[in-house]
Amino acid sequence: MTGSGLGLWGIPLEVLAGAIRVSTPYLLVSLGECITEKSGRINLGLEGVLVMGAMAGYATSLASGSPWLGVLAAGLVGALFGLLHGLLCSMPRVNDIAIGISIMLLGIGLAFLLGKPLIQPQAPTLGAIPFGFWSDSPQIRSALQINPLFLLGVLLAFVLHYAFRYTRWGMRLRIVGDSEDAARALGYPVLPTRISATMLGGFLAGIGGAFLSLYYPGSWNEGLSSGQGIIAVALVIFARWEPLRCLWASLLFGAAGALGPALQSIGITSAYYLLNAAPYFLTLAILIATCAPNRTLQGAPGELSLVR
Amino acid sequence: MKPIGITRPVATGAMALEILGLSKRFGDVAALDDVSLTIPAGGVHALLGENGAGKSTLVKCLVGFYRADGGTILLDGREEAIPSPRESSELGIGMVYQHFTLVPSMSVAENLVIARGSLPAILNWPAERKALQAFMETLPFSIPLDKPAGALAAGEKQKVEIIKQLYLRRRLLILDEPTSVLTPDEADEVLGYIKSLTLSGQLSVLIITHKFREVTAYADDVTVLRRGRYAGHGSVAALSVEQMADMMVGGQLSRSENTRQARKAVADQSSRLVVENLRAEGNNGLEVLAGIDLAVRPGEILGIAGVSGNGQKELVEVLIGQRQKSAGSMWVGGQPYSASRAEQLRYKVNSLPEEPLRNACVGTLSVADNMALRNYDQVPLARAGWLKRKALRQQARSYVETFRVKTTGIDAKMNTLSGGNVQRAVLARELSHAVDVLIVANPVFGLDFHAVAETHARLLAAREAGTAILLVSEDLDELLELSDRIAVMSEGRIVFATAAEQADVRLLGHYMAGGHERGETTA
Repeated sequence: MTGSGLGLWGIPLEVLAGAIRVSTPYLLVSLGECITEKSGRINLGLEGVLVMGAMAGYATSLASGSPWLGVLAAGLVGALFGLLHGLLCSMPRVNDIAIGISIMLLGIGLAFLLGKPLIQPQAPTLGAIPFGFWSDSPQIRSALQINPLFLLGVLLAFVLHYAFRYTRWGMRLRIVGDSEDAARALGYPVLPTRISATMLGGFLAGIGGAFLSLYYPGSWNEGLSSGQGIIAVALVIFARWEPLRCLWASLLFGAAGALGPALQSIGITSAYYLLNAAPYFLTLAILIATCAPNRTLQGAPGELSLVR
Repeated sequence: MKPIGITRPVATGAMALEILGLSKRFGDVAALDDVSLTIPAGGVHALLGENGAGKSTLVKCLVGFYRADGGTILLDGREEAIPSPRESSELGIGMVYQHFTLVPSMSVAENLVIARGSLPAILNWPAERKALQAFMETLPFSIPLDKPAGALAAGEKQKVEIIKQLYLRRRLLILDEPTSVLTPDEADEVLGYIKSLTLSGQLSVLIITHKFREVTAYADDVTVLRRGRYAGHGSVAALSVEQMADMMVGGQLSRSENTRQARKAVADQSSRLVVENLRAEGNNGLEVLAGIDLAVRPGEILGIAGVSGNGQKELVEVLIGQRQKSAGSMWVGGQPYSASRAEQLRYKVNSLPEEPLRNACVGTLSVADNMALRNYDQVPLARAGWLKRKALRQQARSYVETFRVKTTGIDAKMNTLSGGNVQRAVLARELSHAVDVLIVANPVFGLDFHAVAETHARLLAAREAGTAILLVSEDLDELLELSDRIAVMSEGRIVFATAAEQADVRLLGHYMAGGHERGETTA
């Protein structure tokens, strides 16, 4: 069936490697959205921020020759979009979901407009860390090429998990997101906390975008994102607003996304398109399973417009 | 002016409070007009008044939510401006609100720690827990530290609110109707503990309450407000309950002597509303109704007592079609009933849910439209699917007149009406036609004396006319006054039932507090 030396064992390995690769943008965007939603706001615009970050990161890398500078630029552009969302939503009677959708359209449109000249040239991309150096098998070597942004995301998931409980910053974020009255009674500034949380969320989503243009697939084109930004928002709900569960959920979505290409690599192509749609089916199934009409979500921040 | 950079020595023990001529206006309305009161260190002072009398405005000025337009606040004899809640808590003033201020998804321990206001950048949880546990051991009751605050019962939440203030070493505690969600026994436990702290000179207390029993048992002095003005004051020992009530209503005590009016006995007919083994899940997916059995005869009022959060709200929701039942059956006049609109119309099941503006009205529709919500698609208001606006407006006009609804007109939006008038409008809609079954929940919550008396009279009139009434209320006095039988709900079950005339309040309180032996009763 295939020329590999590992036989069928190649499939789980492929899926694992693919899961890590595919899950990275989910992970970064969902951690960012997790921070934003913990503060009581939902930013649906992260899809636009992701695409904008991908474009900005690619352009910066192309101009400067440094992909890491590109990552930073993507993050900053994302934070700027977060700031825009945060400020607009801080005005009275402005709905964060409507603003999110406009930010999404703005980000995508702006990225396509500014990114036209970037489609041809090849910018320097991010390298991978070869964790498979010990093995002779080329498959294991290629599967264990792990991108540094994934490691950053994993580290961040653990840091956030503890930060939400053990730091003043985390406690303040949760109080503001859970009960505006309590936050005001304690003298915490509600709007600045939310705006900075949305900026941080945008920063991470921008970096998620840089992953797409600077690592995998590692180029800029208009079909770069296939809704990862939106799926990541659903993923936060699935993960019940817990950073560590965001990590597992991202890996699950990543594995679902990697299933199609993995099977194709060993010659199973019949259900290729169907399998490529696996993450979307998974999103639908999860939303249906977790959102019963007469129940509120456990663990949801109380000020979120989703649950209010 | 205090010098900047030098923090004043932290005083301990009870604080003396003196308020002189405090006033606060909102636009043209004087919410508070020249009110004075004094609490000596270690005193317990009760603040009485009807809804809208200015009690909340007064205490909000004290805790820095509002800035008074005039008047002086003296703490320990020193004049203080209290510009913000933060200042107020630094001065040692703490407040327990009518609604809960706990952060629902945080644990009790987290809630207590964040209340301190200034958190270190990194929290040292082992040390915090040790301090908390040592503190909890000094209390006469126990609260699980690791439970999320949102999962606590209402009584427990209120205790945590009070514990929080004690943990912060407050010197003046303001309590805003602290026992409205507690059983009499729980209220005695909490207030008794607070009283002991005042007697040992650790705390002064200003308590807003509606319950004369608590005033006479725990307060030293009382001040009565009426329409934003001082209406009377005195030592509790020297005043009778009647005198206090008289001050509250402005010297025209309209309330009957809390005795039940004579009424004819319930005719021995077969039950009109029957509920068997009713089960339902709450918003969190857990079972809140764990097998309810009850039956109401025509011309009978069955009162459902219970501490809030024991399934009463969900029972009403199932009966009026706002919530799906998970098991069991409901019957009206021997016919199966599932609370659909068609069935409610056919079997003449009407309802008076709590918070009528939210549960029984569409706030942005006009008064006329709201009054037609039950019958706008029926003859004579509609024919062949077409509404007849003229008939609809005619109906609204007659309702407004008969039920004396105060509104700027039948085209005014419902949400512009006051609470009492929303209630009148809903009463008009629900009681103007023949009613076989009436489901009522906390019908006088937030209403003034006049609206309360009127609502009660309408309910009794409906009873006389042969309606079977299920009355769910958190106010035991209301149930004792109106019901023929009283059933107590606890943990989603009917745990006790008795004839209202022979009801023993202590016994009811015992069952409301959960003192049942897993026994189930049919009401």
